Amino acid sequence: MTEPMAAQPGKAIIVLGCPEVPVQQALALYVASGLSDRGAEVLVTGNPSVLGLLKVSDPKGAYIQKTLVLEKCVEEVVEKKRDCRLCIVFAHNDAAIAYAATLRHLLPGSRFVVVVFGKDPEPLAAEINFPCETITEKAVHNPAQLKAKINKVLGWAASRT
Amino acid sequence: MGCIENLKYEKILPLGASFKECREYVEKNYAEIWYVEPGYKLFDEYIIGLPPIVLGIEGGTKITFPYTKPCHGTYLLRIEGKEEVERVRKTAKTKKQAGYR
Repeated sequence: MTEPMAAQPGKAIIVLGCPEVPVQQALALYVASGLSDRGAEVLVTGNPSVLGLLKVSDPKGAYIQKTLVLEKCVEEVVEKKRDCRLCIVFAHNDAAIAYAATLRHLLPGSRFVVVVFGKDPEPLAAEINFPCETITEKAVHNPAQLKAKINKVLGWAASRT
Repeated sequence: MGCIENLKYEKILPLGASFKECREYVEKNYAEIWYVEPGYKLFDEYIIGLPPIVLGIEGGTKITFPYTKPCHGTYLLRIEGKEEVERVRKTAKTKKQAGYR
C-alpha cells in the first residue's frame, strides 16, 4: 500500500506538459502548494512556456519554489545530479508519455504518478506500459474531478475549496 | 547538452508520429537495428521515449532515431555521423541481447 504524502517529506518533481490544456496550470499550483505544505522540496519542470505561465501566476513564489527547464532536468537526472522521492507527471499528449517513460526508467526508486488528462485521455493512458500509479480523467477546463482523484491518490484530505 | 536544431537532419516521419509508429517504421525498414534505454546520449542529446528505443543504421554512416520535443511531439530523424554509428555499435544492444520481443 502506498504511503500518504503526509508521511513522505523529501524531494518531489512535478513534470508539466505543453500548457495548452487549462487544468494543468491550476493543478500544478495546487499540487506544488500541497506538497510544500507537507514538507516536500518541490521542483517544477517543463518547457519555458509552461514555466513562464506559472511564474506569472505566482509572482512571489508562494506556491512554486524552484523551476527548471525539462531538458535540463532530464540531463541532471541522467547524470545522477538530481533525484526525488516522488515524481508526478502531467500528460495530455504522446510526448508527455515519452517523458514520463524516460523519467520512470531513470528514477526507479521514486514513487511515480502519471496524471493523464485532456479531451480524450483513455487512449493515452493505454500507452503507459511502465510501472506507475495512473490517474486518468477527461478534463480540459474543470479541474474538480481530477483534483479529487489526486487528493485520493496522494492521501490528502478533501479540500473545502 | 546540445540542440538538435544545430545538426543537419532529415525528417523521416513528421512531427506527430507516435512513438510506436517510429519504432515500427525503423524495425520494418532498416536491416541494422539497435536498442537503447531512455536517457541514452546520441549526438549530445539525451534520447527520450518509451523503452526500448530503436535506432536504425544505414550504410554505416547514418542513424535514424525518434526525437521527442515536450510540446511538439515525436518525429523520426536521420543524421549522418560515422563516429556516432561506431559508438552505438559498441554501446547499444541488439534486439536479441536486449531480450525485446
